[in-house]
Amino acid sequence: MSAIQKAFNGVVALDGASLEIEKGEVHALIGQNGAGKSTLIKILTGVYRSDDGAVEFDGAESLISSPREAQAAGIATIYQELNLVPLRSVTENIVMGYEPKKLGVFIDWDEAHNRAREILKRFGIDIDVTARLGSFSTAIQQLVAIARAVSLDAKLVIMDEPTSSLDVSEVKVLFGVVRSLRDAGVSVLYVSHFLDELFEICDRVTTMRDGRTVDCRKMDGVTKLGLISGMLGRDSSEIAEAGMTEFSGGAAKHGEVLLHADNIATGPRLTKLDMTVHRGEIVGLGGLLGSGRTEAARALFGIDPLASGTVSLKGLDARLETPAAAIKAGIAFLTEDRKAEGIIPDMTVRENLTLALLPKLTRNGQIDRAREREIVQGFIEALGIKTAGMEQPIRELSGGNQQKVLLARWLAVEPELLILDEPTRGVDVGAKREIQAIIRDFVSKGFGVVLISSEFEELVEGADRIVVLNEGRSITELKNPGITEDILVHALAHTDGEAA
Amino acid sequence: MLDTNAFDLRSYISRNPQSIAVWIALAALITFGLLRYDNFGGAYNISSFLNYNSMFIIISVGMSFVIMTGGIDLSVGSVAAFTSVVAAYMSPYGIEIALPIAVLAGMLFGGLNAFFIIALRIPPFIATLATMLGAKGGALVISGADTIAVDWGSNFTKMGMEKVFNILPWSIVVVGIIVVGLWFLLEKTSLGRTVLAIGGSEDASTLMGLKVNRTKAFVYLLSGGCAGLAGVILASGFGAGQPLEGIGWELSAIAAVVVGGTLLTGGLGSVPATVAGALLLGLVFNILNFENGLGTISISAYWQMVIRGGFLFAVILFQARVMSRNKRKGRVA
Repeated sequence: MSAIQKAFNGVVALDGASLEIEKGEVHALIGQNGAGKSTLIKILTGVYRSDDGAVEFDGAESLISSPREAQAAGIATIYQELNLVPLRSVTENIVMGYEPKKLGVFIDWDEAHNRAREILKRFGIDIDVTARLGSFSTAIQQLVAIARAVSLDAKLVIMDEPTSSLDVSEVKVLFGVVRSLRDAGVSVLYVSHFLDELFEICDRVTTMRDGRTVDCRKMDGVTKLGLISGMLGRDSSEIAEAGMTEFSGGAAKHGEVLLHADNIATGPRLTKLDMTVHRGEIVGLGGLLGSGRTEAARALFGIDPLASGTVSLKGLDARLETPAAAIKAGIAFLTEDRKAEGIIPDMTVRENLTLALLPKLTRNGQIDRAREREIVQGFIEALGIKTAGMEQPIRELSGGNQQKVLLARWLAVEPELLILDEPTRGVDVGAKREIQAIIRDFVSKGFGVVLISSEFEELVEGADRIVVLNEGRSITELKNPGITEDILVHALAHTDGEAA
Repeated sequence: MLDTNAFDLRSYISRNPQSIAVWIALAALITFGLLRYDNFGGAYNISSFLNYNSMFIIISVGMSFVIMTGGIDLSVGSVAAFTSVVAAYMSPYGIEIALPIAVLAGMLFGGLNAFFIIALRIPPFIATLATMLGAKGGALVISGADTIAVDWGSNFTKMGMEKVFNILPWSIVVVGIIVVGLWFLLEKTSLGRTVLAIGGSEDASTLMGLKVNRTKAFVYLLSGGCAGLAGVILASGFGAGQPLEGIGWELSAIAAVVVGGTLLTGGLGSVPATVAGALLLGLVFNILNFENGLGTISISAYWQMVIRGGFLFAVILFQARVMSRNKRKGRVA
């Protein structure tokens, strides 16, 4: 693929992306969210058409214009959400659409089962191929998807975050399969957020940033720091330097301990988190995607049950088993997914804003409308929410204003600890500044904030302290003033036993 | 403080644009009937129309709460049949005993639905389908598959046969009071708003710490209780418990709710518009009966159903048009 351009409704998604995959190599594709990885893959597999640029496959100019043509040409994609049929057998999933026939009509099941068994055996998997696919683990299902690709003579297998739901031993099996594909001359395009894996399995790596491919290198001789700095568009030598300077951190004065999480774990995505939030403090959670940021928030808000460890609030052991219990304890959580888990689209600004407050607004079973309006009007003015009026449906508001309404929803219940997951995502610059000011104002009253953001600038500027997460563990802590993005990146890259 | 704004017509329409269609259709049908038939606006027609349709109004309103949470209750027809038998057995003790017991019986089925759906996590469609079959069988078992005559000596038949101050039937008065109460509940209480929030986004509601399970239990209990009341009116109005009645009532109720502009996916709905939807469906039959009475044409009961279906479709189409125009306006603003 070379010089691929793609724009959606005038928004440029790809601007000169090139990718070259050799026969029989495992090629990594990395980049932050929104860098253009998915768009590039979708062009390769015929889901989208490129506006400009050329795709060559197997030595010839290729005109793949549908996923079906891509499949016929030998390009197979293993998606995160597997597109298999869990209620049918393993064999059926492998041969579906290409069943061996007897007399040209009847499916030859013996032959089909044998074929399925044989392919899986090549991967070192011995399972009952007549059993329903859904009865096996995600890992096996993923391998079946790969087996299907192989049985269709795939020349290029694209794997999108294949390890995101696998445990350590399953990852090993998957890697074994990937190697056997490579040895058989099949190329693999491997997309993953887990950089450590790439060193183990990949031959070359292409880095994307802002719709462009910025770098293509051999994995030998690349450092993790180099990969991260490429993804973020920063100079790796500056980062290395930042890591060298003795970083003592500020001595900001904060109040008593509000929340303390001691060694908490909820599952494979969050294995060990230690963090403390003081009154009057914004604590950032820094980490790459998949580092356990959101899982940490979910644990603190009682959504995911704790497998181990304890959380204490104001020095007392807190049992936060449900969101309702967390709210009662004075914790509020602004979710990352505003559309699905935040707003109630058909409700008005007023109704959305007071939902969490209803118990306190209700007298004798009846909502005190006068007080409700007063509170809503107060927040609309205080937060500068731009709306045609409090009776406007919230879906008609801009993203930034929706977010302000959701912030107001939580501020209204007067929590002591506010957890904000990507509070300024999809919000314009002006609204972003305003939201950050609201957060600062909130902590100045002696409350605490846990701030999660994938934008390092926001963390570095907004947080008093940053707890750095890597692969589900809190690995270090940085204190402001003095944190720079370079320092944060260095901390992220610096994992156990590896001096970057 | 008295809140006048909530019942202001303009604010009502702006909050429920999807229900404009049903009001216009209802007004048009009533105007048509008044102009074409002599006795259409007469006291006899109005009172017997309301008496008969009170059952469907209360079932539809109960159903609308379930649908507003994003659920469905298919059991209401069988539950009404079951409770009509219960009410008939209880009729010798008078309406003041028979009514609460029948309503409680209805709520028992509602509670069963709630248990299946909330505790066992069975989808509402399946759970209430099971209850529908169970209640139907139960009605046949306790009645011996026969109608159960009520005690004409007690005051039980007053409910479905007599009028308050000789003006309106008892049935519609009781239903009217409950419906106004439920309207108030939906518009003015936190319970009502939680109902709509759950239908709008159950995930968001849980994350806000709203009492999602309790509210869902409430709507199924309410729907069961409403079906129970409909059973009482049925037994009282026809003088007998009717184990074989109620077939297809759940579909009529769903139709009334949908015509009234409540989204089947939940989150948006209105009690008055649901009542209007139920009235509209009833009026189509009423008008066709008058049309037969004129003697110009004769339409069989089967054709009446076909015509009602066509009419329903036209209203829904109209509603979709209104909605899409309204959305376009919203985008410009």
